[in-house]
Amino acid sequence: MSIDLRELAPPANPELPQFGPGDTVRVLVRVVEGDRERLQPFEGVVIRVKGGAAGNFTVRRIASGVGVERTFPLSSPRVESVTVTRRGRTRRARLYYLRGRTGRAARVKEARRVTPTE
Amino acid sequence: MAIAMIGRKLGMMRLYDGAGHAHGVSVIELGPNTVTQVRTAERDGYTAVQLGFDGNRKRVNRPKRGHLRKAGVETAALDQLHEVRVPNVEGYELGQALTVDQFEPGQFVNVAGTSKGRGFAGGVKRWNFRGGPKTHGQSDRHRAPGSVGAGTTPGRVFKGLRMAGHMGAQRSTVLNLLVVLTDPTRNLIFVEGSVPGPRGGIVHVEPGRRKPLAAFQPPALPSAGEAGAEPAQAAEAAGAAQEDGAGA
Repeated sequence: MSIDLRELAPPANPELPQFGPGDTVRVLVRVVEGDRERLQPFEGVVIRVKGGAAGNFTVRRIASGVGVERTFPLSSPRVESVTVTRRGRTRRARLYYLRGRTGRAARVKEARRVTPTE
Repeated sequence: MAIAMIGRKLGMMRLYDGAGHAHGVSVIELGPNTVTQVRTAERDGYTAVQLGFDGNRKRVNRPKRGHLRKAGVETAALDQLHEVRVPNVEGYELGQALTVDQFEPGQFVNVAGTSKGRGFAGGVKRWNFRGGPKTHGQSDRHRAPGSVGAGTTPGRVFKGLRMAGHMGAQRSTVLNLLVVLTDPTRNLIFVEGSVPGPRGGIVHVEPGRRKPLAAFQPPALPSAGEAGAEPAQAAEAAGAAQEDGAGA
């Protein structure tokens, strides 16, 4: 086999900023409604990032009192943009423990020093 | 009209089409196939074309080499030969090459291959038996097949009863898989869904019966470090930015 499929896989959107678990991000998603397309924001805490060619990340937020998680592929053309609104400090890569918490307990500490990016 | 071709399964990956939908696709290196024999109604009683594909073998055995010499393609290591029935052999010549160009994004194909061998498999894996209870004092019955019949009447086990045995490693065909993309420069076809066999396995791809999708927008060609895709992406991003500005 002469072809490495990893070279063919769609690359992660190069316009996405650096972010990681604990960060609060605002994701603009292209949503198609009937024949028109609009951008829908989804803002919440990143609770996991999976890398690699088929990488994705999961954002968790509390909407109308209900926990909502959405997972976005890093390479999806439907993800218009991601902006980091707050850097969080965490000691683990997967913040699943947030699922069992609500309100004040479900906060993530803000990062004191933001690692310089770009 | 496209005819069946021989290819090699390379593996699976993900593609996004023009509408932004993700497709899990099987990547098949399809062709080029060489016409190695033409069967005519006068000589053979039916019309067909025999195709050759440079498969996984480095060498071709001598009988096959002799056969390829007749087609004038002795130097090619076409170890995979496959005969395809065609209604009319006109337009097919010995040594002619067939490529992925035959297939187009939006159409449907059938893919046949030899499924992965599972060895001697039990009833649970082979026939989706449920096995026995996992708890309540069970021992040795977790994956047992259960009863195979009644008592004195009929006094035998019926033929064809599903039991453990050899599974897989047999020819299997998947019908009507969507062609998401073709790459003529690399001889690749990207077909939605899974395809029988291991990576590197030989598969046959033929046109499916389902009507092509009219409004299918194929994805951009995946480029391994090539230009091409970059400007398109940038333009798209610029357009979106304008949209953004208008909305705000």
